Amino acid sequence: MKFRVWLAIVAGILPLALIAIVVFLAIYSWPAMHFNGFGFVARDTWRLGNLYANPVTVRGTLVPRGATYGILFLIVGTLLSTAIALLIALPLGIGAAIFLAEVVPDALRTWISFFVELLMAIPSVVFGLWGYVVVIPFLGQHLYPMLAHTVGRVIPIFGEPSGSGYGLLTAGVVLSLMVVPIIAATLRDALVSQPSSLREAALGLGATRFEALWKVMLPGTRKTLIGATFLALGRALGETMAVLMVSGNALNILPHRIYDPISTMAAFIVSQLDSALQDPTGLAVRSLAEIAFVLALISIIVNALARLLLLVWNSNQRSVMV
Amino acid sequence: MNAIAAPHRQIRLSRRIVSITGWALSGLCLATLSVLMVWILSVVFVRGVGALNFTVLTTVTQGSGGGLLNAIEGTLVLSGAALLLAVPFGVAAGIYSAEYRFSAWAVAIRFLADVLVGVPSIVIGYFGYVALVQWLGWNFSLAAGAISLAIISLPYICRTTELALRQVSNDLRDAAYSLGANERRVIFGGCLPAALPSILTGVLLALAVSVGETAPLLYTAGWSNFMWDGHLTHSPIGYLTYAIWTFINEPFASANELAYAAALLVTGFVLVINILARFVLERRRIRR
Repeated sequence: MKFRVWLAIVAGILPLALIAIVVFLAIYSWPAMHFNGFGFVARDTWRLGNLYANPVTVRGTLVPRGATYGILFLIVGTLLSTAIALLIALPLGIGAAIFLAEVVPDALRTWISFFVELLMAIPSVVFGLWGYVVVIPFLGQHLYPMLAHTVGRVIPIFGEPSGSGYGLLTAGVVLSLMVVPIIAATLRDALVSQPSSLREAALGLGATRFEALWKVMLPGTRKTLIGATFLALGRALGETMAVLMVSGNALNILPHRIYDPISTMAAFIVSQLDSALQDPTGLAVRSLAEIAFVLALISIIVNALARLLLLVWNSNQRSVMV
Repeated sequence: MNAIAAPHRQIRLSRRIVSITGWALSGLCLATLSVLMVWILSVVFVRGVGALNFTVLTTVTQGSGGGLLNAIEGTLVLSGAALLLAVPFGVAAGIYSAEYRFSAWAVAIRFLADVLVGVPSIVIGYFGYVALVQWLGWNFSLAAGAISLAIISLPYICRTTELALRQVSNDLRDAAYSLGANERRVIFGGCLPAALPSILTGVLLALAVSVGETAPLLYTAGWSNFMWDGHLTHSPIGYLTYAIWTFINEPFASANELAYAAALLVTGFVLVINILARFVLERRRIRR
């Protein structure tokens, strides 16, 4: 019995780490939360103020003159890039999963799946390097001008100018590649583990093989797909390095076209800490901590939801772990 | 006859077209992913091999040139230290959530491990900056970087340990108990040795994740052009992913070369570990 208690305490480091992260960020950013109020998420201006004049006291907090901290443009950038990433990753992942589960023979499936899922193992910063060195020149100089000329005539957000290649769409494309293995792998497992009697019944009723898949097998995996999409959403929301290197790191502007530069909450923390450290009152660093706190809460909620959904729906299947 | 058969035939044709298009599109999706994967790998390997040479591996960074020896050492020291910290706690959490899987604490640990996997690495890095670098006053240091990486590795090690132990047959536990072993002996003498290859695989995969991380280290480990000086705190340390991020943005060809070399080293290491791990898991699956 003693051993069990001892083990439980050592194991408790893991929950403790998660709690410590949330509590520490909350305590540290408390002065910033007090100063920023709820307008923090509604203002689209991040200004450090005059760092060389004497700080002034506003609402009981010592701040640099003229300082404002608002992250609306970051929230918009995060949500839009994540949405684009999912819009690309969902069809791509579903298609790949279908082909892997239904067409590729069993002997090859393990290894082809493994090869595609290796995308998940490639470090974020390497995706960033690839995006920075090859994807941005290709998209910015060839694809985007073409897109602006054709699609842009019909849909205004695709219109001219097509920009430099750094921006919302590029961030979304790179992000989509980073999350697509989550969707493809989870859905492939779900499709393979569907009972084959379902397919046989559909075929017996006269469906083609594709109809059996599309109308019978695939709807059966709907819940797994929703869970996997949440996991992908969580990953895309918090991705840092790749986005930092391809998004254009916009400050205080909302994107109007799909090519416009953006920044996300995660990338902003990295790109702004150096300048925030110049703030003698320390409020800028605390406001960055507030961003980290908000990001932590969002990702915890999204992931908890995803796990709960998969847990409740898949309680009779083998547990999904990405 | 024709009047009846014609519409029937049309429907069948359209259904066949839909089916063929469906298969073709799904194949195209898989092909796209494979091509992109090959594209990324070829960029990293072609440019990396061109940039990698003996000097890069044996000298330290000087300004925007020189070598990566300091970063290679730093990455190994940081990831190694992170593993040393994370393995005991992660394995303990894994053992608890597998062996006492129905207790409320085990359910909570499993769930929180899954949530912790999803917390963005930059959030953990910023926590490290606030708590370790500033509050504890360690400055940019090995200790701050390694603890941040350890928090990131914890849930991976916990979940793989748990899954490995779950695959150990209950007969083993029954046999050990019937021989009079206590809980500690059953777990450490029976279950853990049986699950060891799978657990080690999980630890290796966690190592691969640590080696590839950038965001949690930027503001905890800092960067240093010199070899690690042996101090745990108050002395920044270099690592390969920093070299990728910083040197690719510099206008000098020598710096860019270092970034490509670093990308090759990191990606190569991560891929080798993943492929090894896959072979081990695959062999165990087939043998069973």
